[in-house]
Amino acid sequence: MSDEMITLAHGSGGKLTHRLIEGIFHRYFRNELLLEAGDSAIFSIHEGRMAFTTDSYVVSPLFFKGGDIGKLAVCGTVNDLAVSGAVPKLLSAGFIIEEGFPLRALEAIVQSMAEAAKAAGVSIVTGDTKVVQKGCADGIFINTSGLGIVKEDIQLGLGRVRPGDRILVTGNLGDHGTAIFLEREQFGVQSSIASDCAPLNGLIGEVLDRFGTAVRIMRDPTRGGLATTLNELTKGQPFGIRLDERLLPVRDEVRGVCEMLGMDPLYMANEGKAVLIVEGEQAEAIAACLRSLPYGSDSAIVGEVTETYAGKVHMKTITGGSRIVDMLTGDQLPRIC
Amino acid sequence: MMNSIYSRYKDEEVTSRLVQEIQAYRGKPLKIMEVCGTHTMCISRYGIRNLLPDTIKLISGPGCPVCVTPSYYVKAAIELARRSDVIIATFGDMLRIPYQDSSLLLEKAKGRDIRIVYTPLDCMELALAHPDKKVIFLSVGFETTIPVIALSVLEAMERGISNYMLLTANKTMPAALHLLSSDEEIGVDGYLYPGHVSAIIGTSLYDEVAERYGIPGVVTGFEPVDLLGAVYRIMGAASGKPQVENLYARVVKPEGNPIAVRKMNQVFKPYDAVWRGIGTIPDSGLRLREEYGAFDAWRLLETSAESLENEPKGCRCGDILKGKCSPQDCKLFGKACTPEKPVGSCMVSSEGTCAAYYKYG
Amino acid sequence: MCLGIPGKVISVKGSSAEVDIMGITRNISVALLERVQPGEYVVVHAGCAISHIDEQEALELLSLFQELGVTDDE
Repeated sequence: MSDEMITLAHGSGGKLTHRLIEGIFHRYFRNELLLEAGDSAIFSIHEGRMAFTTDSYVVSPLFFKGGDIGKLAVCGTVNDLAVSGAVPKLLSAGFIIEEGFPLRALEAIVQSMAEAAKAAGVSIVTGDTKVVQKGCADGIFINTSGLGIVKEDIQLGLGRVRPGDRILVTGNLGDHGTAIFLEREQFGVQSSIASDCAPLNGLIGEVLDRFGTAVRIMRDPTRGGLATTLNELTKGQPFGIRLDERLLPVRDEVRGVCEMLGMDPLYMANEGKAVLIVEGEQAEAIAACLRSLPYGSDSAIVGEVTETYAGKVHMKTITGGSRIVDMLTGDQLPRIC
Repeated sequence: MMNSIYSRYKDEEVTSRLVQEIQAYRGKPLKIMEVCGTHTMCISRYGIRNLLPDTIKLISGPGCPVCVTPSYYVKAAIELARRSDVIIATFGDMLRIPYQDSSLLLEKAKGRDIRIVYTPLDCMELALAHPDKKVIFLSVGFETTIPVIALSVLEAMERGISNYMLLTANKTMPAALHLLSSDEEIGVDGYLYPGHVSAIIGTSLYDEVAERYGIPGVVTGFEPVDLLGAVYRIMGAASGKPQVENLYARVVKPEGNPIAVRKMNQVFKPYDAVWRGIGTIPDSGLRLREEYGAFDAWRLLETSAESLENEPKGCRCGDILKGKCSPQDCKLFGKACTPEKPVGSCMVSSEGTCAAYYKYG
Repeated sequence: MCLGIPGKVISVKGSSAEVDIMGITRNISVALLERVQPGEYVVVHAGCAISHIDEQEALELLSLFQELGVTDDE
């Protein structure tokens, strides 16, 4: 491929489009369904429940420590399926590319998606590419939709949550959000903080197989961090959540950046973590199981479901005092005071 | 070594012992005022207020630079931001302050060149990279930050950087502290003094306050042991001879940081500043000295006359800043005035009293 | 009004120093302090060291409060 940049011609459906599809997308997303190259991927529907999800990815910068927009697009959708209790199977990938976008960058992103899909055990079976004029997309936007199979015995939902249940997280909080923030804002900080972007279906699948209905509900705490996700869970519910600040797993470096800039790891995004609400009595066993699996080694029990403070999230602080953990108002901003 | 020492400042055993002692307090009701926005934040973040017995009240003073910045300043900043040859450089704290239908955050979304910086010292490279623009730093903050801002001016001068300017609204503690201390309506029994302002100015001001007004105080840091320890010590001090105790001696020396004070006074001079919610306090603000006039962004504007616009109806920020009432006493709190739709400055700033109370409960 | 955190000085070059804050590093100004040495700790505020941190004093304050309640036992 001698062309260096994506041009509007690449999106017009003609020779260049086909060269692009075959040279990049088919080359990396190699699988039968895709290579049959119809307008749609045809496959047999599983009998029983299925899960279907979609997400669009517009992250900037496109490449960052620990990943890129492509890896994010695959893992994010895989994880949405996994925390819903589904076994992720098939993904679609739609690309909106800005005119002038370097071909090499596109290839790197697509290759990354292929690697992530392989690691997660899913196939990207259909897709689309559009090219827009310069200035109409921030380099590249990616949408992925995902299909998964929900086994019969899976029963997850807010209705199953009750006081006495415990809150678990599968590892250190705030890595992704902090990594992206440092790459974007250029505050002159040198660190090894990297995005935690990872597929969690293996980890979650194992826990569901072993512990079944002891798991009440799961979420992936992405934008807005754990605090936002937990507030979404408690809103309007007859139960509350109480976190224990001393138990929250946070890397020292992430703490360092947040302390320096006046930000809170509870509100920083995670892209390779899940939060689980589980039956109280099984919490220790589930945590131990998570810790023995890839991507779960820093798992911790961080709180419990309570009858009090219904509809809210509050936290026992490091002094033994108590405070509310509210939803974010807009994005977190660094402060000096 | 220091990291392990600092983690001991969060030690559960020590903090629970301090909490026990504080909860065992049986003396007369106490009103303790903290005059540092970061202390307000930490106290809320650590949930200290609801660990105290009913007889001990912790109230917040006007130690939040954003909260005491009048709206004409935001108006000026927005006006400058709208000029095509201006880059606004600011601490994140200033972005959300509303002015009429706008704010710096909204102006940024509309495409104005507004950048968050961690330090004014980063503005040098910004100015050098954009020689055709004026890089204007929103200079707010108390004595902790003012010396750093002074350094940025001195560095710009030394390096011949002529497109760096300050829009100043800096304030200083002493005059405000005297005002609060002489106001019998407020009736403070003891002060928690700001750890990092004190690192710069030293502690002699607080000895003056103790002697003149009979109000004791404790200088303290920002860790759980620091804050709980300070409340515990004031409890004891409130009944005896008014004294000042320095619990932040690991950082604060009685003479403060003379180099920092020198730089501050070299670049800035005092004037009668307007404090939002309070009014004009003589000798309470700092402006650039004549020799540094070329750095003064106020010269780019028609008027730098300070004025205090009327607070929105029902807003009690003024009373809250003076510790005369708490956020819950304000009818707008949590209803018409929330962090998403702040009415007064105490709610806008993340370290404002109302914002801290709302966010942390 | 003063977010300041402890940073360990790694190296000093003129009025600038590299500090380590819980594993991350940044260059800051040390123009407000005299005699900043590698290995010591300083308070970092807005990209500038505003004060040395005295380890001895830090330990003394801790022991002051650690003794609380101990003498009341038995």
